[in-house]
Amino acid sequence: MSPPRLQLAHITKRYPAVVANSDVSLTVQPGETHAVLGENGAGKSTLMKIIYGSVKPDEGTVAFNGQPVQIRNPQEARALGISMVFQHFSLFDTLTVAENVWLGLDKSLSLKEVTARIEAKAREYGLDIDPGRPVHTLGVGEMQRVEIIRALLSNPQLLILDEPTSVLTPQAVEKLFVVLKKLASEGCSILYISHKLHEIRELCTACTVLRGGKVTGICDPREESNASLSRLMIGAEPPALQHRELKTGATVLSVKMLDVARESPFGVDLHDVSMQVRAGEVVGIAGVSGNGQRELLYALSGEDTRAKPGMIEVSGQPAGRMDPRQRRALGVHFVPEERLGRGAVPLLGLAHNLMLTRSEAIGRGGWINLKTLERQALGIIARFNVKTGGPNAAAKSLSGGNLQKFIVGREIDANPKLLIVSQPTWGVDVGAAAQIRGEILALRDAGCAVLVVSEELDELFEICDRLHVMAKGNLSPSIDRADATVAQMGEWMSGLWHEDVQARLAAIAMAAREASDVQA
Amino acid sequence: MFKLEPRPQASKFWSYGSPLLALLITVLIGVALFIALGKDPVKGLQVFFWEPVKSPYALGELMVKATPLLVIALGLAVCFRSNVWNIGAEGQFIIGAVAAGGVALLAGKETGRWIVPVILLAGVAGGMVWAGITALLRDRFNASEILVSLMLVYVADMVLSFLVYGPWKDPTGYNFPQTRTFEAVTQIPRLMSGSRVSVGLLIALGGAAALWVFLFRTRAGFAQQVGGLAPAAARYAGFSSRKALWVALLTSGGAAGLAGALEVAGPIGQLTPYVPAGYGFAAIIVAFVGRLHPVGMVFSAVLMSMFYIGGELAQSRLGLPKSITGVFQGLLLFTLLACDTLIAYRLKFTGRAT
Repeated sequence: MSPPRLQLAHITKRYPAVVANSDVSLTVQPGETHAVLGENGAGKSTLMKIIYGSVKPDEGTVAFNGQPVQIRNPQEARALGISMVFQHFSLFDTLTVAENVWLGLDKSLSLKEVTARIEAKAREYGLDIDPGRPVHTLGVGEMQRVEIIRALLSNPQLLILDEPTSVLTPQAVEKLFVVLKKLASEGCSILYISHKLHEIRELCTACTVLRGGKVTGICDPREESNASLSRLMIGAEPPALQHRELKTGATVLSVKMLDVARESPFGVDLHDVSMQVRAGEVVGIAGVSGNGQRELLYALSGEDTRAKPGMIEVSGQPAGRMDPRQRRALGVHFVPEERLGRGAVPLLGLAHNLMLTRSEAIGRGGWINLKTLERQALGIIARFNVKTGGPNAAAKSLSGGNLQKFIVGREIDANPKLLIVSQPTWGVDVGAAAQIRGEILALRDAGCAVLVVSEELDELFEICDRLHVMAKGNLSPSIDRADATVAQMGEWMSGLWHEDVQARLAAIAMAAREASDVQA
Repeated sequence: MFKLEPRPQASKFWSYGSPLLALLITVLIGVALFIALGKDPVKGLQVFFWEPVKSPYALGELMVKATPLLVIALGLAVCFRSNVWNIGAEGQFIIGAVAAGGVALLAGKETGRWIVPVILLAGVAGGMVWAGITALLRDRFNASEILVSLMLVYVADMVLSFLVYGPWKDPTGYNFPQTRTFEAVTQIPRLMSGSRVSVGLLIALGGAAALWVFLFRTRAGFAQQVGGLAPAAARYAGFSSRKALWVALLTSGGAAGLAGALEVAGPIGQLTPYVPAGYGFAAIIVAFVGRLHPVGMVFSAVLMSMFYIGGELAQSRLGLPKSITGVFQGLLLFTLLACDTLIAYRLKFTGRAT
């Protein structure tokens, strides 16, 4: 039997505040698709960086094809035959696909040769891409294809993929899996990092589970269930959410034919976006990021005030031109997707961060009452179970999940009429995510209107009553959650809802006609 | 070998310790410099650190120079904390001095003491107008405030020269490029006889207290700083970045202009081409060495003032060139920037070199 493709033994990596990997061992066989499963912060990324040579382990050994190796930098990793596709793409927007690939290659090749090679690889694996297109005209899925082709050009023996599906539509995920399965069948080993259980069960033939930097399980994911994998990953299963009956009230947010041109050259124009959110319901917006969600949220929060006044109405009042403070006075509260730097000032304490959106502690003449402010912060910390050094701990000292709990708590605690949340559980551990979703549902039951924008379909299906899909700056009509399917949402994410809508309208018209026929 | 390792959290100790360590290293390099120049290092240190504080009169002189430095630095702290890089306080100082001088020249023999506050307000207004040009260009055309404010220093210098070589030249001044000496009534009131310390010092200390309250106890001050710390968070909160820009530049311009007025209607007493003494640039160092904190800047202003006086004394006592002041100021800023590394990083001994 041939030696394992990659063997890590007793890897330990310590950082000043945290042990990222503690005595981690991992074996990948040739042709194996090996999953590394774990929550955010479980140490997956550090481990991959060690394999790829960008981080040096404090202890432990690495063997590649049976030979002990010391990988000091990514160049050495690539020379050994290890390629990596990062979660965040490193492509230059203004260059073409071929030029981008060329930048990372041996300079002895001409651009023409590189183009030919890209085309050959693309044909071989059915990756449809035009090497002459500038990168900024590509969608996210296409950019990922560029990264994968770039990785494949060096004919790797081990390909590392870090959360590759987080930016893809369900259909694009299918296509990616076809490519990966073909690669594995040719003997290339794949390390697949993810926290999405169903993907791992579909694709991978082996799985190493990390929790808190330690290996908590090695298994064959095809023989496991989502429940058993998630127990390995988080130690316990999160409690199931209770979804109570819908009791909707008056319309709180009404968006009418919202048209906003992009602010930055790589942004998205919003076209005739219309929707309503009523008190007591959660409305979700699904879609691959970069399809106008960011622009829509800027327009709704008041960070962008270029919309016409009547395009956005809050409780019947035209709000398109109002700044965020005026909208907050109407009861609109917003949790942005970027926690550090937008939702909170990294260097300031939690108590001071309250003053971004809350003014209870501000007295006459703008005087800050520090005691009231601290008490308010302590209240939110206690109510939302935020783990922190205290009300004056700097925002950046909190983990992602705890900071998110604090920010969501800050906005929920304000008793909003309309809560807008973007990516409520992005980069948040499973326990905190369950808590945040529970709080959102509790708020809805208390009669608040809630709008959630998320990339995670699972999450939207879990908490929303109605769903929209955003694609290329357009918003689909809404569909009740009970009627929505993952496949259909996936189609809509490519902007293909018009036929569906026409078909449904026709069906409704048909039903109405039949009804009137029966009456007659 | 030693290795720099990031700290999990910024060190409180070193955010205070760093300026002290920087001062220590500056002194050590200073000693080496004196030795290299063939001067007695003990005498050199005495000139810089003992002479300026050894008598009440010397202390007074120390305060006279610290006052404009502190006033300007207080304004700059508002700017730098809001991420607005006003490098041209020197120009705002000059125009403040020109405006104050213009008003002072209007005073005659019968003018009352009311002219003094008018002079100071004219200085503030002059500095605000000059900084306002930078704010306007940045706001309307997104011009870099660093370049605009810096270039305007040289324009301000030209304006001053034009006036003292031209229309405002003293007709009885033997053709020297200077205005006539202001009437005694325009003199900023002094705190005590026998010293040149004026009410300017009280204004500066009052300003430091006011700045502390503004920065740490008012929402306006909070909003101003959020704009500097995290612009996206300021936008999210609804704090206007344009307002922050104008507040920052008008405050620092006004402060620099006030310092200019205090200088011309105080120690100088007339307009000459030598009004600009580099206070506007030195105040940038004062602001950073003082950690942009009102109390810290009081100390750093005194320190920088020591360097000014020490440099002047070094010319007469040690025969060193005047540029020794600039050398010490620069050394202090550089060592401070280097020592600040210790706030976010710690030194770790990693055994022998690998």
